[in-house]
Amino acid sequence: MNRAGIRAERRAGWLFSAPALLAIALFFVLPTIASLVLSLTDFDIYALADIRNLRFVGLANYGELLGDPLFRTALGNTLWFVVLGVPLVVTVSLAAAILVNERTVAWRPVWRVAFFAPYVATLVATAVVWKYLLHTRYGLVNYALGGLGLPPVDWLGDPRWAIPAITLFVAWKSFGYAMLIFLAALQTVPRELDEAARIDGAGWWARLRHVTLPAIVPATGLVAILTIIAMFQLFAEPYVMTEGGPAQSTITVLYLMFEEGFQWWNLGTGAAVAVVLFVCILAAALLPALAMRLWRARRT
Amino acid sequence: MTGGLSRRELIAAGAATAMLGGCGRSDGLNFWAIGNEATALPPILSRIGLTSVDVQPLPWSGAHQKLLTGFAGESLPDFAQVGNSWLAELAALNAIDPVPAGLELGTDHFASVLASNRIGGHLVAVPWYVDTRVQFFRKDIFARAGYETPPLDWAGWKAALTRIRLQSGGETYGVLLPLDEFEHLQTMALSGGAAFLRENGTRGAFSSPEFREVLGFYKSLFDERLAPIVTGTQIANRWAEFARGWFATYSSGPWMIEEMRTRLPAPMQALWGTMPNPGPDGAGAAAPGGSSLVVFSGGRRKRETWDAVRRLLGPAAQLALHRATGDLPARRSVWREADLARDPVVAAFARQLELARPLPEVPEWERVVTAMQVVADRMVRGEYTVRGAAAEMDAQVDDILAKRRWMMEQGRLA
Repeated sequence: MNRAGIRAERRAGWLFSAPALLAIALFFVLPTIASLVLSLTDFDIYALADIRNLRFVGLANYGELLGDPLFRTALGNTLWFVVLGVPLVVTVSLAAAILVNERTVAWRPVWRVAFFAPYVATLVATAVVWKYLLHTRYGLVNYALGGLGLPPVDWLGDPRWAIPAITLFVAWKSFGYAMLIFLAALQTVPRELDEAARIDGAGWWARLRHVTLPAIVPATGLVAILTIIAMFQLFAEPYVMTEGGPAQSTITVLYLMFEEGFQWWNLGTGAAVAVVLFVCILAAALLPALAMRLWRARRT
Repeated sequence: MTGGLSRRELIAAGAATAMLGGCGRSDGLNFWAIGNEATALPPILSRIGLTSVDVQPLPWSGAHQKLLTGFAGESLPDFAQVGNSWLAELAALNAIDPVPAGLELGTDHFASVLASNRIGGHLVAVPWYVDTRVQFFRKDIFARAGYETPPLDWAGWKAALTRIRLQSGGETYGVLLPLDEFEHLQTMALSGGAAFLRENGTRGAFSSPEFREVLGFYKSLFDERLAPIVTGTQIANRWAEFARGWFATYSSGPWMIEEMRTRLPAPMQALWGTMPNPGPDGAGAAAPGGSSLVVFSGGRRKRETWDAVRRLLGPAAQLALHRATGDLPARRSVWREADLARDPVVAAFARQLELARPLPEVPEWERVVTAMQVVADRMVRGEYTVRGAAAEMDAQVDDILAKRRWMMEQGRLA
């Protein structure tokens, strides 16, 4: 292709992507920059009344956040949700996907629907049911524990148990979606490889380890990244289950941002929380991507 | 498509109707009402001849945010129902008009309600209906412990709760004080004469001897297992627990009367009653609550709007609102004329309203009491001593009020 042709093609390319780029600039880049600027001010209800009450405070919001025990609690809780939730969701969804992918399992469509149903069910309705399941005195979970001779646990009322209880709820609610991704990946695993391994005398476990799992590494990476992002952005579940309690032990970073920004109208602090969260998610989501790159480099 | 409208025609017709609807709205006054009042209002409005008012209902959970975003987006209506505790915030925004002289009803309002609506010397909102909190108690449980009604002084009240706890063999708690609700500690602090804030509402006064004593009393109720360590979100159904006898008394507002009457089973109806809150030595105080009517400064038809407010405060409209929602009228003359205190359940509210004490009027109030309650919650769970909790509350509240102090120093606040 000659130079003029390349130039024309390049122009056409820009022209075609322009609407999308414009939308991204208008609805993503601009608000991000705006909230970055907002996070350097003390925008609050007084500034809303009269913009002359707005002070430019530099990095003071960030300094205060780092010194704020509540922010550290929120960050710690969020990391705790990530550490508990991501392995749980990845394992459970992978196990479910393998189960519904097995041709020997009967009623496979029924299993698939049953596993996927929680993902499409309304969050608030399911939260009400779970609150009853986890109830200290009338809950099914404690009833089962009692049957095993264990003492009852105050699931949502004890600061130590509230996060595991909510993680359980989140995992139950969201593993169906990850299962779907795994299921799609499992169906691309070449059947010939599996059969060849079987003829060579490989057992179920050996085939899973050496044939299936290596084939679905990209899907695992994708599920890990999506789950990490979802866990960092946890808000609705603690909001409907505990409202951040007991004693703020289930408050997450996003919950803190909502409180600062929309409940107390401290948009400056709220924007600073948003920026910190953005950086955290970016860093955490890069980890699985990096791990996958390393894995690929080692293989070749 | 044959015979019928084409899709394009349908869309055009829809758009035209939407536009007409938009125009139609603009010739009535716009009014934002919240919760039950919004549902009850339309028939009342037509009865008092205010057919030109468009009522837009808001839920309680979203109303506060909606008012602030409405202000930021310059889309506030002509007038609105506003929770009394939000008035300081709206006044700080210069969003509301002061009440004209002709509408000040003076002593026909409850003094504490009027005081909390007066900000910077101006009456900024007309009380519409009032509420406060009283104890809802189980007559049978108190009777079994040898009390006809709960004693009204703290020492006697606590002794009664202890007896109830002992007699039930640990099944029944004396009082329910959900740890995520600041109202209970707030009521006790008002009863104990604590000030909450000092230096013109720019610093916390939680380390004062009065507040520390209240805090110690509050903590002792949990330490002695007279109140369960639970948050409100943990209790699936408060009425069922009350009927089951899980606790003997609980403080709540007039909205609870109707709930009790509809949710409790028939045999329970004779077994509950209301009493004023206990205080250090005799009936205690409570915060004056309820809603007021405000007229926004951005409205264009102020005269007409204030006239609508005047009509909503007429005795007939006040009584109709009470009949429809159970809201307690803001005008004392309406109470007398309709003899509302004849109902023994409502009588406790009448007595408590006379004993109400206004809260500090700072826009940050909701945040202040939320911070107070979070620290109190952690104190009950053993993280702080009473003295340590009071110091922590002061530190957090001083932080919340930092901007207010700066505004004061700059002379930007009256």
